[in-house]
Amino acid sequence: MKKPKKQKNAREPFSPALMWKQRYLLMMSVPFVIWLIIFKYVPLWGWTMAFQEVVPKSFAKPIWERKFVGFQNFMDAFSDRLFPQTMMNTIGISILGIVIGTAAAILFALFLNEIRIQGFKKITQTVSYLPHFVSWVIIASIAKMLLNDGGAMETMLGVNLHLMSTNSPLFWIVVCIINVWKEVGWDAIIYLSAMAGIDQGIYEAAKVDGASRFQQMWHITLPGIKPTAIVLLIMSIGSALNVGMERQMLLSNGIVQDHAMVLSWFAYIRGIGSNNYGLGTAIGMFQSVVGIILLFIANKVAGMIGEDKLV
Amino acid sequence: MLENKKGIFDYVLLVLFCGMIVITVYPFLNVLAISLNDPMDTMRNVNFIVPRKFTFANYIYIFTQNNMVKPFLLSVLKTAAGTGVGVICTSMLAYVLSRKDFYFHKSFTILFIITMYVSGGMIPEYLLIMRNLRMGNNFWVYIIPGMIWVYNVILMCSFIEGLPMALQEAAKIDGANDFIIWYKVILPLCTPVIATVSLFIAVGQWNSFMDTYLYARELPTLQYVLYEIMESAQIKVDPHAAAQGVQNTVSPMSVRMAVTVVATLPILAVYPFLQKYFVGGMTLGAVKD
Repeated sequence: MKKPKKQKNAREPFSPALMWKQRYLLMMSVPFVIWLIIFKYVPLWGWTMAFQEVVPKSFAKPIWERKFVGFQNFMDAFSDRLFPQTMMNTIGISILGIVIGTAAAILFALFLNEIRIQGFKKITQTVSYLPHFVSWVIIASIAKMLLNDGGAMETMLGVNLHLMSTNSPLFWIVVCIINVWKEVGWDAIIYLSAMAGIDQGIYEAAKVDGASRFQQMWHITLPGIKPTAIVLLIMSIGSALNVGMERQMLLSNGIVQDHAMVLSWFAYIRGIGSNNYGLGTAIGMFQSVVGIILLFIANKVAGMIGEDKLV
Repeated sequence: MLENKKGIFDYVLLVLFCGMIVITVYPFLNVLAISLNDPMDTMRNVNFIVPRKFTFANYIYIFTQNNMVKPFLLSVLKTAAGTGVGVICTSMLAYVLSRKDFYFHKSFTILFIITMYVSGGMIPEYLLIMRNLRMGNNFWVYIIPGMIWVYNVILMCSFIEGLPMALQEAAKIDGANDFIIWYKVILPLCTPVIATVSLFIAVGQWNSFMDTYLYARELPTLQYVLYEIMESAQIKVDPHAAAQGVQNTVSPMSVRMAVTVVATLPILAVYPFLQKYFVGGMTLGAVKD
C-alpha cells in the first residue's frame, strides 16, 4: 500500500513480515474461509457417500470403514418404483417452466416497453414485482384458497376446473402458471434493462423508413434482447433437473402428489425420510452432474448456431 | 418520441396491463377480506374482496388462543439476527477481498466463487448440520449455515472497488489499521449497498421455510406454522381455549388467511424500499456481467 504509483496493486511475495503486516486482513477473512470449508466444501466431500452404503448405523464410522458399493446407489435409485414418474415430472415441469416462463417474461417486457404513459408503466411494474417477494408458503396458501375445489375460482367461474385435484400432467401446467404469476414481473426486469440499452437511433431510423410499431418490435427490440435471452436460457437449461422441492411440496396435495414429485423431493424422501443417506446423495449428485453436462451441451449448441456463448 | 397520437394498440395494452394488475392484486385482497370477515359467513362463499361481516375475531384468535405469538417473535428475531450477522460478515469479507494487495486475495476469491457453481446438495448438508455439528433445533441453525451469500459478497466487493482508494490511504497514513479502515471508512460509505444486501438477507430470512422444515421443527417460524395449518387443514387448538368453547367461532380457512396476512405484512411494509434497492442491486449485478 505504501509503495506509490504502479506497484500499488502488485502482490508482494510471501514472507512472515507481510503476514504480520496483513494480520488484520487475515483475522477478518480466515474465520469466513473456515466457515466456507465447513459449510460448503465438507458437503461436497459428502459426495463420496453416493458410492457407499450409508445408513444411520454406518454413518458414524469413518469413511474407510464404510462399505463401498460402487454405483449400486445409482442403480437402486434408477430402478426405484417412484423414479420413472419422478423423472418425467421433473423434465416436464422444467421444460414447461422454461418455455412458458421465458415467453411470458419476454412478452411482458416487450409490451411494457411499448406503454407510452410513464406513470402507468411504473405502477404496472411495481405491482408486478410484488408476488416475487412473497414466500412460497404464502403463495401456496393463497393458491389453495383460490384453486381448490370449492375455492374462490370455482365460485367465480361457476365450474370446477379440478386444477388441484386431477392426478395428471395438468398439475405441471398449474405449477408453471402459478410460477409465472409469481415471477413474471421480476424476470422481465433484466429484459427491460436490455431493452433500455438498445440505441434509440435505430428506432428513429426505422420510423423514418416507415416501419410500423410491430415491425420495430419484431426487427429491433427482439433482436436487441436476443443475447440476454440466450444467456438466461443456457443457464436455465443447466439447472433443468434442479426443480426446487419447496414449491412442489407446498403446492401439492395427496391427490396430485404423483405428478408433483420431483428429483430433489425424491432425494429427500429416500435420503432423509427412509434414512438411506447413500441413495439420497446419489440422486443429488446425479442432478448436479447432469446439470453440468446439460450446461455444456446448451453452451456448445448456442455456439454452433452462431449465438453468443456463456463462456 | 416522434409521434404522440394513440393508436388502437395503446388501448389494447392499457386494457391488458390493467387486467394483469387485477390478476396480481385480486388474490391478496381476497385473502385480506377473508381474514377480516366473520368465519361463518366466509363458509357461504369465499369470493369477495370487501369483508361482508367485518370482524377482527380471526386475528384476536390467532394471537390469543393459537400460540401464534411465539412463532411470530421467532420469525422477527431470526430475521433481525440473520440480517445483522449477515451484513457484518458480508461487508467484512467483501472489504478484505476487495484489497488486491492482500496476499490471499486471489485464492480466497476463487475459493468462494467455486461454491456458487457446485454444492454438495441437500443430503450431505443435512447430515453435516444434524449429525456432525448437532445443530438441529438450535436457533443458530437459522443464522450460521446461511451466514454469507457469495452473490452479496460480489455485489459489495464491486461497490467497494468503486470507492476512491485515496480515502483508505489517507486513513492508513493517519495510523488506522485495516479493521479501523473497514469500520470507520468503508462501512459509512457503503450505505446504499448495505441497504440492498440487508434487504436481500432480510426477505430471504423472513420467507425461508426449508430451514425450519429440515433442521428446526421444534422452533417453528411463522412460515412453518402456516405450512402446518395448511397441511392439517385444521387448527391446533389450545386446550384451554377448547375448554372454553372458543374454537367454535373460528374456521380453519379464516385462521389460515389471517396467518397468511400476518406473514405477508412485513414484506408489504418494506416493499417501497425493496423496490428501489432490489432493482438497483439487480442491475448492479447485470452490469458486472
